[in-house]
Amino acid sequence: MIYQMLTSTFMQHAFIGAFLASLACGLIGPFVVVKRIGYIAGGISHAVLGGVGLALFFHQNPMYGAIIFSILAALLIGFVSIHLKQYEDVMISALWSFGMAIGIIFISKTPGYQTDLMSYLFGNILMISIKELYLILGIDLLLILFLVITYKKLISICFDQEFAYVRGVNTSFYYMLLLCMIALTCVVLIQIVGLILVIALLSLPAASIKPQALSIKQMIFYASGIGVLSSFTGLILAYFLNVPAGSMIILVVVMIFFLSVFVRRKKTLPSKVSIS
Amino acid sequence: MNPIIEIKNLSFAYQNEPVLQDLNFTINENDFIGIVGPNGGGKSTLLKLILGLLKPTEGDIKVFDNTPAKSRSMIGYVPQFATFNQDFPINVYDTILMGLPSFYNRIKKSDYQHVDEIMKQLGIDLLRDKSIRHLSGGEMQKVLIARALVSDPKLLLLDEPTSSTDPHAEDSLFDLLKNISKDRAILLVSHDIGFVTHYVQKVICLNKTLVCHPTEKMTPEIIEKLYGGTFHIIPHHKVDS
Repeated sequence: MIYQMLTSTFMQHAFIGAFLASLACGLIGPFVVVKRIGYIAGGISHAVLGGVGLALFFHQNPMYGAIIFSILAALLIGFVSIHLKQYEDVMISALWSFGMAIGIIFISKTPGYQTDLMSYLFGNILMISIKELYLILGIDLLLILFLVITYKKLISICFDQEFAYVRGVNTSFYYMLLLCMIALTCVVLIQIVGLILVIALLSLPAASIKPQALSIKQMIFYASGIGVLSSFTGLILAYFLNVPAGSMIILVVVMIFFLSVFVRRKKTLPSKVSIS
Repeated sequence: MNPIIEIKNLSFAYQNEPVLQDLNFTINENDFIGIVGPNGGGKSTLLKLILGLLKPTEGDIKVFDNTPAKSRSMIGYVPQFATFNQDFPINVYDTILMGLPSFYNRIKKSDYQHVDEIMKQLGIDLLRDKSIRHLSGGEMQKVLIARALVSDPKLLLLDEPTSSTDPHAEDSLFDLLKNISKDRAILLVSHDIGFVTHYVQKVICLNKTLVCHPTEKMTPEIIEKLYGGTFHIIPHHKVDS
């Protein structure tokens, strides 16, 4: 039965997809966690459905619609967060639901596509195509290139934005760039776990390791590892239990996160416990 | 004496709510000045204006004979450490390196040596590899001061350096700052009037507008004017040795 699982093409593709997506969430997740912008990432990932719906309606590749919409959402949220900070969270809520609303309307007006809705909401890793794998690989490479070039500046804006600005860093530009990379990561993760569960895969592996991590580099390394571990475990469990893979992956990620909180609690029980 | 900061008719308002009104003063080379005043009196706003993070609604600020934004490379900034995000995965050494002007390009060997010297001077060289999560308040503050000093600023700005430190730490902080002030001007903001009047050379009292100038002596009348009530000055006893 294990042999059967490992030799079926769809499972092979699923493992490759899970690996590439875990890498993406390991690369970007730590920045989402230390900068505490999980809500922004949630807003972007949900807004993506609007792009998917429009693309399907106009008979285009839904991935391209997703990419365009995610970047637009990132730029809009970034602009509001920099210039109109007081409206930031209502803006995210508005975009969050607006994207989903128009997505669902356009998908419902597209003949024959209704069944796809579930796979965008909850992911469909078992149906992932070679073309999509290449796209995810491309986005992974782009993320690595982005981090290599901007690493020091990203660290300094996440650590102390005001100080970075005083030292001459164009903080708004790098913040916007970071949000765009988060947007692309969301598009990748939607393939695996669906847009509703994206935030969990993006933030929980990094959050599980944060209290022990000594640097962002270390967080990236271990978050990628936890991502791979949980997505593979989730996939295998889903295969044998015959349940949706995306949800099973999320279940494993959440368990690892709770486990890390529990272990930390036990370790530091006598003193003040902080969970963040 | 060369003026480092020249402030003329400076006013600032947040959305029509005046925060600072018609300030005029000058800070010279090697001055060690404390800005005191009640919360909401505009102390932090004044620091942000000097750093060029905010733009004056009216009036003019010159720092090193230039706009604040253009003089930023000569200013060292120490943010409020009490509210600092100490939960970040980074060690002491990497935090301090971020203050180097060469940090975003290639850090030279001499820059690393310079960082080592400053860490020694502040007595934090042994904390080098420690995660900032595990630092005490006083240690964290020294790390932030070191980060500001590695760029050799001619002006050092500190926001509330004495909040949440004990009297002993206050003394050692002051000795440290006195040492640092030999080569540069220091401007520190504090709501702790005792600390400032006791240690600092000159005091600026700020409550929307200047209540006293750097050249005036602190009196109970001025404190009353500043905080709008009767206050007793409790003398801090510092043992001279």
